[in-house]
Amino acid sequence: MKNKPILSRIDYRLTSLRQLKKKALITYITAGDPSLELTEQLVMTMEDAGADIVELGIPYSDPLADGPVIQRATRRALESGTNLDSVFATVSRIRSKTQIPLAFLVYYNPILQYGIPRFLRKCYQSGVDGLIIPDLPLEERTELRNILAEMQLPISLIPLVAPTSSQRVQSIVADASGFIYCISSMGVTGQRDNFPPELGDFLKNVKSNTQIPTAIGFGISSPNAVSKLKAHADGVIVGSAIIKVMEDVLNAQGQQEINKEVHAFVKQLAQAL
Amino acid sequence: MSNSVLAGRFGQFGGQFVPETLMNALVQLEQEYTKSWASKEFQQQYKYYLNQYSGRPTSLYFAENLTRIFGRAKIYLKREDLNHTGAHKINNVIGQVLLAKRMGKKRIIAETGAGQHGVATATVCAMFGFPCEVYMGAEDIERQSLNVFRMRLLGAKVHQVTSGTCTLKDATNEAIRDWVGNVEDTFYVIGSVVGPHPYPIMVRDFQRIIGDEARQQVLTAEGRLPDYLVACVGGGSNAMGLFYPFYQDTEVKFIGVEAAGLGLETAKHAATISRGSVGVIHGMLTYLLQDRDGQISPVHSISAGLDYPGVGPEHAFLHASKRAKYVAVTDQQALVALEQLCRIEGIIPALESAHALAYLDTLMPQTEAGEIVIVNLSGRGDKDVHTVAKALGGSV
Repeated sequence: MKNKPILSRIDYRLTSLRQLKKKALITYITAGDPSLELTEQLVMTMEDAGADIVELGIPYSDPLADGPVIQRATRRALESGTNLDSVFATVSRIRSKTQIPLAFLVYYNPILQYGIPRFLRKCYQSGVDGLIIPDLPLEERTELRNILAEMQLPISLIPLVAPTSSQRVQSIVADASGFIYCISSMGVTGQRDNFPPELGDFLKNVKSNTQIPTAIGFGISSPNAVSKLKAHADGVIVGSAIIKVMEDVLNAQGQQEINKEVHAFVKQLAQAL
Repeated sequence: MSNSVLAGRFGQFGGQFVPETLMNALVQLEQEYTKSWASKEFQQQYKYYLNQYSGRPTSLYFAENLTRIFGRAKIYLKREDLNHTGAHKINNVIGQVLLAKRMGKKRIIAETGAGQHGVATATVCAMFGFPCEVYMGAEDIERQSLNVFRMRLLGAKVHQVTSGTCTLKDATNEAIRDWVGNVEDTFYVIGSVVGPHPYPIMVRDFQRIIGDEARQQVLTAEGRLPDYLVACVGGGSNAMGLFYPFYQDTEVKFIGVEAAGLGLETAKHAATISRGSVGVIHGMLTYLLQDRDGQISPVHSISAGLDYPGVGPEHAFLHASKRAKYVAVTDQQALVALEQLCRIEGIIPALESAHALAYLDTLMPQTEAGEIVIVNLSGRGDKDVHTVAKALGGSV
């Protein structure tokens, strides 16, 4: 089956940003951390502050690609009783208010247990535009990709490429859509003090293999890092750093304060782009 | 043999469900492993260390007293407890560390549950001069304090893992996270027939020495093949090692014994095949214990080495294809079997191995005189004396 992917909100957003010669700010939060009510507010808050695409992490008991910050967020989200159905309901509510592109960062097992076709249908019905599956590399993604192609849904299957991917890049990006998620450096998600000097070459290699927009993620934690890295790609992804900002006010303050702090931080990131 | 269709798959089970960062390393590992396993020089080295360092071959001991108690089939014990460091784990570690050396890696990491794999890795690393770091769940550190001390004495760094359920599953997550960050210079020595391809095949091949020897030994002693092979199954490496060389001998029945913990009717067990469903854990598609949302369930066994919510994909295949049968025994049954073997054979088995022994109560009445049962005594029980004392209401 060689159907061309159907364009998603992510494709449209990134195309128009490209035409405007602008870079994309992609922000991540874990759905249900600490409540889905706050998740719903935060998507609106981040959009208002300048986020172009929002990634929602689906909490999973064993997030082996994630560092300590997202692991904590995941635990809080699971403790608040978050599951796929409640996240889909939240996404539907968000969709009644905004057209900002939304991607799920979701491990494969929850999808498998939900049932792949049922999961994709619910993604489409609620308004999820892209899927980033950190434990589904090229070799394992055929089944999901074929089902998606057969169902003809406007959902981007966003692949990850790593600095270690080297000669694998070409096949990974071959039938990608949305954007190419470029992992900045080795390791799990979370803050890094610096980025490897080979990052530029790595991104050049990716870009020489595809027309699809690229975005750099993993460890980008400050406006300073954003301005340093933005030249290399079409977008930057910030996750753990936003959760850190939330954590600092999580216990002492109310929801209003969390929204305020996240807004201020995302705005700084957007200004650095 | 049982590999079919896709490379790295056993039927539908297995695969490589890992972050992209690791994929290149897995491809390299597969190439290096395939090349080395086929090379005479590597085989010679591997066998040399198995024999001279670990003390192989281990004996196939006719347990006369145990046999007499049941009065049916003859019971033989494959004495993996006699290996250096006290369990079968070292067979695999010697193989993997030799590979790490060939691949020019600078650092070794491992996960451990009961601590036997951690101790074996620390031991072999000490001998080959590799820095070694072992991930171990906080709960396991508590119940296997002797092994923690042994690892530190051997020069390894033991990282306490406090995420999730603080047991083997979480130690494995943490080791994978370490590997994702250091994949270029670090070799991850996985301790069981689990994880992404090629680990399940590679670890099984490094453990098949158990079955290769047992097959030869039973033919020498009895002039025929056994009727039953019995082994405990957590991840399943000792069982896979014993079963695999008998795969084509279809008259030999395989029985894998899982941990029923406080009972299969409770939520506190680790009987993955008996009670689990198909999903993905630690890079493999296999049976696992999970809830309806696909979250991995907390599991329980008195034996830290069986306290794992997944199982090797080749066991999943042996179960699905009905080549092997999987059963479960409780903590209590394992304790009784442990005490019994101490008293009547003068052997203190590991709590893990005691699960295999405990199933004899069920199996033996179904056997007949003239039949042969081989039980894999995968490890010795010195490490468990604190746990056993506590369970029996005393202390050491």
